[in-house]
Amino acid sequence: MIRVVLPQGLRTLANVSREVQVEIQGEVTQRSVLDALETAHPALKGTMRDHQTQLRRPFIRFFACEQDLSHDLPDDPLPDEVVSGREPYLVVGAIAGGLLPPVRSETS
Amino acid sequence: MAGVRVLVGTRKGAFILTSDEGRQKWDVQGPLFAGWELYHLKGSPVNPERIYASQSMGWFGQTMQRSDDGGKTWDTVGNEFIYDGVPGTHQWYDGTDHPWEFTRVWHLEPSLSDPDTVYAGVEDAALFKSTDGGMTWSELSGLRTHATADGWMPGAGGLCLHSIVIDPTNHDRMYVAISAAGTFRTEDGGKTWRPSNTGLASEHIPDPDADVGHCVHRIAMHPSRPQTLYMQKHWDIMRSDDGANSWYEVSGNVPSDFGFPIQVHSHEPETIYVVPITSDMEHYPPEGKLRVYRSRTGGNEWEPLTNGLPQEHCYVNVLRDAMSADELESCGIYFGTTGGDVYVSPDGGDHWHAIVNNLPAVMSVEVQTLP
Repeated sequence: MIRVVLPQGLRTLANVSREVQVEIQGEVTQRSVLDALETAHPALKGTMRDHQTQLRRPFIRFFACEQDLSHDLPDDPLPDEVVSGREPYLVVGAIAGGLLPPVRSETS
Repeated sequence: MAGVRVLVGTRKGAFILTSDEGRQKWDVQGPLFAGWELYHLKGSPVNPERIYASQSMGWFGQTMQRSDDGGKTWDTVGNEFIYDGVPGTHQWYDGTDHPWEFTRVWHLEPSLSDPDTVYAGVEDAALFKSTDGGMTWSELSGLRTHATADGWMPGAGGLCLHSIVIDPTNHDRMYVAISAAGTFRTEDGGKTWRPSNTGLASEHIPDPDADVGHCVHRIAMHPSRPQTLYMQKHWDIMRSDDGANSWYEVSGNVPSDFGFPIQVHSHEPETIYVVPITSDMEHYPPEGKLRVYRSRTGGNEWEPLTNGLPQEHCYVNVLRDAMSADELESCGIYFGTTGGDVYVSPDGGDHWHAIVNNLPAVMSVEVQTLP
């Protein structure tokens, strides 16, 4: 089982607790973990990766084992600690707060 | 016993306010979807238990919610908004070309005849339609691919399609408004569109009476008079009596003709409401006095409504989707502020009281009249 820790906003959206577990058949990569996560919780589709491009949304980061994996290739294998379940795979909302550039954050 | 259900979208969640027809005692539920921006919630006029909600957040983008029990429980529905074809570009703030990119749903307009059909006005400006209760969305791309669209530019809030008005006598005729492109009309259910801005004059564009480029903030219609439309523009309050073929100014004696919402009384098609805001730079009421202005003559002659509203040190805004009217015999008028207060007047504007204070900034207010 792969352990995945979700940020607060996605926990409320998917109605799950802080940590969820997904089972992966085959190689454990960021893509396979996120695919399994979205299959188990369809409400999360499009919230971490763009629907069409499957690229990471700008204000989402992926961490594990004290490393930032956000810029790794999606099909790179995840660390053994994540594969074995000793360490979680972290989906994180960037500390920037998810705000769009100021010129677009007005509501006028 | 008749009553009302007020759907309030805020910067950090949704709230549902309910009352009987007296509208004096209120039950406040929420926050729903805590932490998320709720740009708009609106119920189906065919089945009021069916409510659609636009939920978004900068980190996670757009999600959509649907309730089939009047807001008690919600299901996440489809959030895939894909522009037709190769989207191309529109004009950016600095005048350069900028690719169309979907950001969020600003406004939801359920069909007048089918609870599974709903329209979504989005940023960057486009109109989407769902016929399966929000599970899937298709763009009505005749609007975004209009010959003028590559010159549309964003207002301060983005290039957003924020108003959708359906003619109750002909559901294929719809009006939409885009900031800052203007008003457009379709006669064929959204396949083709024409700009409907004749009579508007806007100083922030090179040609003040150009066909497009106007920063329309809101349009409204009374269902008994579908040829009459009211508009709050960036500056100017406007009126059309010919289905938006032409507009004329009815700002009259308001202290400022800048503002965002405009609302029509449910039973009096010539009674309309606006909330004057000081200016495009000063998004708060003139003199720090929160005043709704009412015209009983379809514009030009306006009276301030102040009873129960703060008349000093008030520096909030009322956003374009944050005003609504119920359909009870004594028509109730509602609005919410960026200061998180939601006000109601159960008597058409004569007396106001706060339903709730200190919510997150209110982005939308819609009221459902329940049997």
